[in-house]
Parts: sequence; C-alpha cells; structure tokens
Amino acid sequence: MTKDVLVIGGGIAGMQASLDLGDMGIKVHLVEKLPSIGGKMAQLDKTFPTNDCAI
Amino acid sequence: MPDKKEDIRIGVFLCHCGSNIAGYLNMEELEEFSKKLPHVTFVQRNLYSCSEGGINEIKKGIKEQNLNRVVVASCTPRTHEPLFRSSCGEAGLNPYLFEMVNIRDQCSWVHMQEKEDGTTKAKDLIRMGVAKAALLEPQEPIMSEVQIRALVIGGGIAGMTATLAFANRGYEVVLVEKEEALGGMLNHLSKLGPTMTDASALAEEKVRAVTGHSKITVFTKAKVTLVQGFIGKYKVDIETESGNKNIDIGVIVVATGGRAFVPEGLYGYDGKRVITQLELEVLLKNGLASAIKNVVMIQCVGSRNEERPYCSRICCQTAVKNAMLIREQNPDAKVSILYRDMQMYGVENEEMFRDSKVKRVRYINYDPANPPEVEPDNVRVYHALLGRDMDLAADLVVLSTPIVAQDDANVVSQLLRVPIDENGFFMEGHVKLKPLDFATSGIFLCGSARFPANIREAVAQGLGAASRASIPLAKGSVVVEPIISVLANEDACRGCGLCVALCPYGALEIQNTEKGRKVHVIDVACKGCGVCAATCYQHALSINSFTDKQIEAQVEAFLN
Ligand SMILES: Cc1cc2nc3c(=O)[nH]c(=O)nc-3n(C[C@H](O)[C@H](O)[C@H](O)COP(=O)(O)OP(=O)(O)OC[C@H]3O[C@@H](n4cnc5c(N)ncnc54)[C@H](O)[C@@H]3O)c2cc1C
Repeated sequence: MTKDVLVIGGGIAGMQASLDLGDMGIKVHLVEKLPSIGGKMAQLDKTFPTNDCAI
Repeated sequence: MPDKKEDIRIGVFLCHCGSNIAGYLNMEELEEFSKKLPHVTFVQRNLYSCSEGGINEIKKGIKEQNLNRVVVASCTPRTHEPLFRSSCGEAGLNPYLFEMVNIRDQCSWVHMQEKEDGTTKAKDLIRMGVAKAALLEPQEPIMSEVQIRALVIGGGIAGMTATLAFANRGYEVVLVEKEEALGGMLNHLSKLGPTMTDASALAEEKVRAVTGHSKITVFTKAKVTLVQGFIGKYKVDIETESGNKNIDIGVIVVATGGRAFVPEGLYGYDGKRVITQLELEVLLKNGLASAIKNVVMIQCVGSRNEERPYCSRICCQTAVKNAMLIREQNPDAKVSILYRDMQMYGVENEEMFRDSKVKRVRYINYDPANPPEVEPDNVRVYHALLGRDMDLAADLVVLSTPIVAQDDANVVSQLLRVPIDENGFFMEGHVKLKPLDFATSGIFLCGSARFPANIREAVAQGLGAASRASIPLAKGSVVVEPIISVLANEDACRGCGLCVALCPYGALEIQNTEKGRKVHVIDVACKGCGVCAATCYQHALSINSFTDKQIEAQVEAFLN
C-alpha cells in the first residue's frame, strides 16, 4: 500500500492535517482550488477568543 | 560567532502587520532610527513579515546583504518565532541568530491612543533587541529517542477512544482508570442525544474493544502516583490492585473527564423530588414511574454565575433530550424547560430542539435576577411576556447543572506539571492553534477534562489527541529547542542543589564528578525557563540565548 495521503482543501483544517501527517513522516499531497492556501482564516484580521492576527 | 565586532551584520525587519502596528506607530521614524543602531546594515519595512512575501524578503536579505543576525520587530514570539527561526535556517543562517521584538502587543496594541509614546517605546525595544542580537551565538538542536508506548489517564469515552487509536496504529498503550469500571460518565446515562443511542451499549462496545486488544494494558482502580522525565522518556509509577508498577512511557494523554455539579442548597435540591439531570438519567434508564405527570426543568443551575461564569454547553442538549425521553415513556406528561438562553449549537441539536417543540415540550425564559422558585407542588416563574408569575405543577423538578472539574484535577496537574484554569479544567497550549496539546511537549488532553464536551466532541478530541501524540511515536525521536540551561562555568558550581529543588521540570540533577558534586542539565527535559540560572549564587548556570551578557547588553541599551 502506498503511504501517501491526499488532503483536499487548504484552509486551517487541511493545512494542520497536512502538517501533522508530514511530521509523522508521511508524504502529503495538498490540493486547493484557489491560487493560494490559507482559506477563510487567512482572510481574517483578528480571530477570537485571543484576538491574535489570523496569518 | 565572528571574532571581530565589525563582522556582525544585523538586518532589522519592521512589520506593519497590516494596520495592527503601522496604524498606531510611526514606521518611517522606526526605520530611520533602526538604520543608525550599531551593527545594523540593513533595514526594511514589510506589510506582513510573516507572509510568504515577507519571509522571502528576510531570506533575500540574509543572502544578498550577507546578514548574520536577523531582528524582526512584529508580534509575539509565542506564535511567530518558530516561523522566523526556520526561515533564517532555510536561508542558511543558524536559526538561533534570530531575535524577535514585540512591538505589536507591547506597543501598538497597548498604546493605541499614544502614537508618539508608543513609537518611543518601540525604539527602546528595537534598540534592546539589536544589542542582544549582536551577542547571539549559534545553537544546535538536541535529539532524543522516544519510548514507543503511550499512557492514557482516564477511561471514559475520550480516553478509550484515544487508547484504541494508539493501539490500532500498532503502539502499546497503558490505560489507567481510577474507578472499578471503564466507561466514565456513559455508565450513568440512559440514551444519548441527538441520535438516542443506548449509552451502555456504546460503552460496552468500546470497553470490549479496549480490553480485547493485544496492545492495550488496562489498570482499573488504579492511579498514577509519580511522573518523572520528559517527552519520549517518562518513568511513570502506577498504583494498581496487583501492586505498584513502574513503566517507561513516551507520551501521555489526559482524559480524566469531569463530574456533574451537585446543587446542594439550590432550588430545594433533595435528590428525590428535586434532582439533577444526571439523577434523571438513572430514572430514565430504569423506567420512569408512571405517576410522574408534571416535570419542570431549570437550566443554568450553578453555572453562568459569579462563582462559575462559564456555560457548560451540554446541559441544554441534555435537557431537551431528556424532555423528549420523558414524553416517550409517559406520553401524557407535561414537561417545561425554564431557560436563560438555549445553546443548541449544530445541525442535529437544533433539529432535536425543533422536534421537541413539535412534541409539545414547553420553553419559558427566565431572568437570573428573578429566578424561578421551587414550591412543594409547583414551580413559580415570572413570565416576562405575560408580565406575571406563572405556577407550573411539578411532581419532579430537574436541575441542569454544569460539568465541573474533577476534585483531583489539581493533583494530576501537579503530577504532570501542566496547568489548570480558574475553573479547574486542564488548559491547552493555545486555544486555537494547540487545542489538544499542553504547552509541555509530550502531554496531550481530550474530552471533558479540558472543557464540558458531548460524546461526539469527546470522541473527536480523543482521536485528535492520539493523532497528535503519535507524531513523536511515529518518528521515534524528538528534536528539542536548544534554548536551555547549560552549566557554563563548571568550576563555579558547588553542587548545592538549590536549582535542582526549584526546577519545575525535573531537568536538573546533582552528579558526583571528578571535580566533586556538580549539577547536570538533562537537556531534553529543560524548557529554558531560567529559574535555575536566576537562583544560582555562583552564576554557574546560564541559559542559551539569554546569557547574563546578553541581558546586560539589553539593559544597557535601554538605559543609554
Ligand atoms: C447528565 C448528562 C447527560 C449527558 N447526555 C449526553 C448525551 O445525550 N449526548 C452526548 O453526546 N453527551 C452527553 N453527555 C456528555 C457525556 O457524558 C460526555 O461527553 C462524556 O462523558 C465525556 O467523556 P470523557 O471521557 O471526556 O469524560 P468522562 O466520561 O467523565 O470519563 C473520565 C474518566 O476518567 C476517570 N478519571 C478521572 N480522574 C482520574 C484519575 N486521576 N486517574 C485515573 N482515572 C481518572 C473517571 O473515573 C472516568 O472514568 C451527558 C453528560 C451528563 C452529565
């Protein structure tokens, strides 16, 4: 069985899943339909409850 | 480190953070100011230093301007230092030749109304950061092996789920449960909303899977009494019925759940006519007495008040579910729910709520300033829309009380050296970015131990925590930050042991060496908090990247 994983959607959830899989030593293919990853969160300025900047 | 001071070439990158910083500080002034600081050879302003473009500028600066120290003046190192460090590394600069200055939290945010003073303070901080950067020395990351075995504390649904997730990946797991049976809260519930699954059936299914798995060792009526070590290399003492065990562990998951608050002294609670939702669950499990025709539930009993300001999240779902189950068992029973706000988040819960209204569960809003009163045969509540008191007949009054922290949460917190919040719940490393990790690496959390959760959330978190904890297990080794304590001056150390007693991480020990008793730093366990270096009378210990010399340089830069 090949161990590669396909992640569809590059928002915060998809990126975190990809990172964790990558950290486990698994090759990940992250597919995002827009020109850049980041999703909704990258469009936000500050996010509750800590009001950190989203980027 | 370059021998000659002239060799030091510092690049300062000033982040606008959109308008977060640039909207409140004078960035042009900061740029001009930074250019004049000692050793600074390059200054650049960026809209977002952490964006791809910003990072590329830093890398370009390192390569094209030959920078050998980088200072970024932006937000907090808590979230962004790792990114900037690794970017320096990618450009060929040792990641520890990087210094971060927080001009957002400490300047633009707190001095929004004082542009001039905020800018002056930012100058001070940048000057200090640059002074320190000039003295930074390269560091090498530390590698340590990981024991491939997980410990899960607490055998409720969250802990059992995490345990199975580890075991199904092929890792050995030790599950410690303090009660006689696994299952946690599930053992006391009847049916589970919103799907109305049988709670004992779900618990039994999980218990069977856990106890039948060859990779899982379960200790019930057991407790963890001592945890020594650090990520990958814990030594854990467990008190069990078959004697004390000492087991080598790599990672730990806390899944100790919570308990339902007992409302002594509230609304005439007596455990008979006035009971809690948890007590109602037992009645429903055994079949509700047919004499019960009028039930009144009161929400937010003991929560969302001064003592317990939080919303326990699951009590509204529980009340709606139980109201429907009552009507199922006694179809002509009247059920009223007195609420402050109904928190029915999510598609299924909202659907269950709507369904309950169709099935004639009655909802009446009450004002906490004028709470309902429980009387011998009825409950009196002020109805704001009618503008008068209403009397509701009540054979049974059910109080919806919050999930509160376990009584021994503070003991577990001390054993593992992980924090709990003001309500006694375990505190994650970061509310958004590390919801299932503790700040201490190697220890994770899930389920109601963290905050009241329903089953779906407890299961999701159990899977998530096991997944996060599997990263070091899969790798077999961990790399830890080298910003740690070092015995910089071995001759000065007298082996007094004061630092050992004060170290919150168990990272120091006294060893007998040829030169006598000396402290030894267990590098992978050290978090670089600095307590030891600050207490050492002999100035024998020093923290990498926070040496006396570097800090003195910062203080001097500030005073100048
Ligand atoms: C009245 C009521 C009704 C509910 N109804 C529903 C429902 O219909 N649907 C739904 O989705 N959810 C419901 N819930 C929520 C559900 O019970 C929780 O989501 C779930 O039990 C959380 O699981 P957990 O594993 O995190 O914690 P728990 O179930 O509390 O399990 C924690 C376990 O850890 C053990 N433990 C604690 N401390 C230690 C220690 N120091 N050492 C070793 N072991 C320890 C405990 O003994 C326990 O076995 C209800 C809750 C209540 C109170």
